[in-house]
Amino acid sequence: MILERIKVREQDPKVRSTNFEEVCLGYNEAEAVEEAKRCLGCKSKPCVSKCPVAIDIPEFIKYIKEENFEMASEELFKHTSLGAVCGRVCPQEVQCESKCVLSHKGEAVAIGKLERFVADWHRKNKPASTTVRENSGKKVAVIGSGPAGLSCAGDLAKKGFDVTVFEALHELGGVLTYGIPEFRLPKEIVKHEINNLKSIGVKFEKNVVFGRTINFQSLEEEGFESLFIASGAGLPKFLGIEGEGLNGVFSANEFLTRANLMRAFDDEYETPMQIGNKVAVVGGGNVAMDAARTALRLGAEVYLIYRRTEKELPARVEEVHHAKEEGVKFVFLTNPAEITGEDGWVKGVKCTKMQLGEPDDSGRCRVSTIEGSEHIIEVDSVIMALGTRANPIITELKNDLELNEWNNIKVFNDNGKTSAKNTYAGGDAVTGAATVILAMGAGRKSAQEIANNLA
Amino acid sequence: MYRIVKKKQLSEKIFLMNIEAPRIAKSALPGQFVIIKLHEKGERIPLTIADYDREEGTVSIVVQAVGGSTQRMETMNEGDHIMDIAGPLGKPSDFIEEFEEMKDKKILFVAGGVGSAPVYPQVKWLHEHGMDTDVIIGGRSADLVILKEEMSKVANEVYVATDDGSLGMKGRVTDMIDHLVKVEGKKYDLVIAIGPLIMMKFVALQTKELGISTVVSMNPIMVDGTGMCGACRVTVGDKIKFACVDGPEFDGHLVDFDEAMRRSTTYKEKEKLQQFKAEECQCHRG
Ligand SMILES: Cc1cc2nc3c(=O)[nH]c(=O)nc-3n(C[C@H](O)[C@H](O)[C@H](O)COP(=O)(O)OP(=O)(O)OC[C@H]3O[C@@H](n4cnc5c(N)ncnc54)[C@H](O)[C@@H]3O)c2cc1C
Ligand SMILES: Cc1cc2nc3c(=O)[nH]c(=O)nc-3n(C[C@H](O)[C@H](O)[C@H](O)COP(=O)(O)OP(=O)(O)OC[C@H]3O[C@@H](n4cnc5c(N)ncnc54)[C@H](O)[C@@H]3O)c2cc1C
Ligand code: SF4
Ligand code: SF4
Ligand code: FES
Ligand SMILES: [Mg+2]
Repeated sequence: MILERIKVREQDPKVRSTNFEEVCLGYNEAEAVEEAKRCLGCKSKPCVSKCPVAIDIPEFIKYIKEENFEMASEELFKHTSLGAVCGRVCPQEVQCESKCVLSHKGEAVAIGKLERFVADWHRKNKPASTTVRENSGKKVAVIGSGPAGLSCAGDLAKKGFDVTVFEALHELGGVLTYGIPEFRLPKEIVKHEINNLKSIGVKFEKNVVFGRTINFQSLEEEGFESLFIASGAGLPKFLGIEGEGLNGVFSANEFLTRANLMRAFDDEYETPMQIGNKVAVVGGGNVAMDAARTALRLGAEVYLIYRRTEKELPARVEEVHHAKEEGVKFVFLTNPAEITGEDGWVKGVKCTKMQLGEPDDSGRCRVSTIEGSEHIIEVDSVIMALGTRANPIITELKNDLELNEWNNIKVFNDNGKTSAKNTYAGGDAVTGAATVILAMGAGRKSAQEIANNLA
Repeated sequence: MYRIVKKKQLSEKIFLMNIEAPRIAKSALPGQFVIIKLHEKGERIPLTIADYDREEGTVSIVVQAVGGSTQRMETMNEGDHIMDIAGPLGKPSDFIEEFEEMKDKKILFVAGGVGSAPVYPQVKWLHEHGMDTDVIIGGRSADLVILKEEMSKVANEVYVATDDGSLGMKGRVTDMIDHLVKVEGKKYDLVIAIGPLIMMKFVALQTKELGISTVVSMNPIMVDGTGMCGACRVTVGDKIKFACVDGPEFDGHLVDFDEAMRRSTTYKEKEKLQQFKAEECQCHRG
């Protein structure tokens, strides 16, 4: 048993903190084979039990060991259409890798890195098929082009349906395009997936907002027989504290959209961006890490303010590690109480120190304020990464579509069936902000049910 | 790509465009707007739908050239293409859903400058539904008073006020409101004011005193316009509202205008640079 992982090559932290190129360079063939050899091929497959889409992990890894990358990718693609994405962004340490038997004594097999290797190998070595399938003429509409929408559309096209994806923005990919930065997920990968779908006959219409441009009735008039809604999470939350209306307070979604979708960091692009020299990011999830590391790359000194400790950070471990290496300053057990300003612009964040208490019913430790611990962190802007609430355009469809207690779309079975006729939903629009792999899995399940019902 | 089928200069810096966008034309209602991205590297800017032709499949916008994007747009002509246009966005004006209750009310529209563009489809819609309303159009000078002729065809009465007195009454729209209510003794149940923030602020202060409920159309900085980014937030009655999905129209007596005015200057410095670029790019074109 080899207890240590094959190290994955990464860009030097000093260099990468000034560019937007991918941080992790991935395994080459030799490294991948070496790492694959560490897998014991456990009969009981404990790792598979923690993969939301039950990828047959030992099976695809076995082919890597045998240097049969083509079979490895074939095996992988049976279960996932977004291996190159999930290999990069899945929170592996709490999913598949958390159950790897090697983790009891040493380091878990680098399942994510191997998955990424296989999908990347396939992208580089196997040209996408360009044969457009004959479709049955049965039309299905998909709302939103994030991972849920893309995977549903792909599966339906493969099953012979005439699929159109309607996307509100001017670019496809959902969060993969406007949220997760290039240095973590190169846009070329997302484009490649979308081109694959185009090549198998999926149609895309951008700049179309369901609930505004089109609706249930107009889609029916256009001959769509079924509908899958994958419109993602909604509006960013704010803290509701004094000073949030000052100039220089942004939501992470706004900041990341300006950077990723609108390329505001490039002077050739017209969308402006203004964050100043010192930035506070409030939050501890992936969104907060992405905002912090993007601000860092724009030359700012960045404080990441989180009210619990490092242990409770919900972000992927790898991102936290990378953020630290790059120089993001973590301020734990600290909570913003007020944003202070001068002439209408942010001047600082007034914070209090927090302490952890007893765990509550959900097992999370309560936090409480330490009296008299107010202090000010001087910054030029504040980026809020506090999660999202339901998208109002979708919740206003409520006459036609039942909502759950969080105002997300209510589903009545595992396959995303909703209260509206022939309508299914999945991904963040149903679960609230979650993960790429869950969104992808939901899209595939609904595709199966839609296909069964229309057959 | 979306084709510009008609362009007309309405005044020195204000122009109208009809753009081919059949899906938007089909579902647009008064009060809604579009978001336009002119070219590959362009920014997303919101513009109100000033009119729509469902048969022809076009929407009209009326634009005032104020900075980089709108100046670039001004250089575009019939037959040119706009890269992206999404819409209709925002909620339609309240009176559309609540028409039955509104029918017997007296409405006064107040349009400031390019604000005539969003006011026009509302006045027209009400006219088509058998309700004629009064309209005040205000501008700094005569050439900034736009859509007067069109408005006259669908309104009960159109009153004009200009700061320099070059057309209509000399004074501001608030002076005209005072005149109508106090001198002519007119009674209004609702004022709908659309124009620069500073105008809406003073109209709202005045109507509050006069006890007339007032709707204003907010125009904060936007990015996506679909309720995702939170850039368009405005404070209304101490609550955070998002103009692109909860608005753009809000109760004028509850809006924090001072905050809105301040926030709209967030990118002033960067915008100046863009403006310079657009001018430069025009000279290069010869
Ligand atoms: C910054 C950031 C970092 C993240 N990092 C990770 C990570 O490392 N790992 C991980 O697993 N997950 C991560 N996530 C979460 C993950 O990206 C989401 O859970 C996932 O993208 C959800 O997929 P989806 O298809 O449901 O929705 P989305 O990806 O949100 O796509 C929804 C699409 O629908 C469109 N849309 C919305 N409303 C309408 C409408 N009315 N009409 C038409 N189209 C509409 C949107 O424009 C969007 O393109 C991150 C999220 C963010 C924001
Ligand atoms: C709902 C709504 C409807 C609007 N309708 C019209 C209309 O019908 N006709 C019209 O001429 N103008 C309209 N505007 C204003 C128009 O969007 C701005 O004038 C335009 O974005 C300016 O861009 P610029 O690059 O030319 O100028 P810039 O010099 O970049 O900006 C000038 C000012 O416009 C505002 N602005 C800049 N970028 C944006 C943005 N992305 N979103 C919103 N405001 C911005 C800022 O206050 C800025 O200081 C509307 C705005 C909103 C929010
Ligand atoms: S999809 Fe995610 S959880 Fe499943 S094997 Fe791949 S990395 Fe692990
Ligand atoms: S648990 Fe670990 S060692 Fe066992 S099959 Fe899964 S990846 Fe391989
Ligand atoms: S413009 Fe992004 S939420 Fe309104
Ligand atoms: Mg601009």
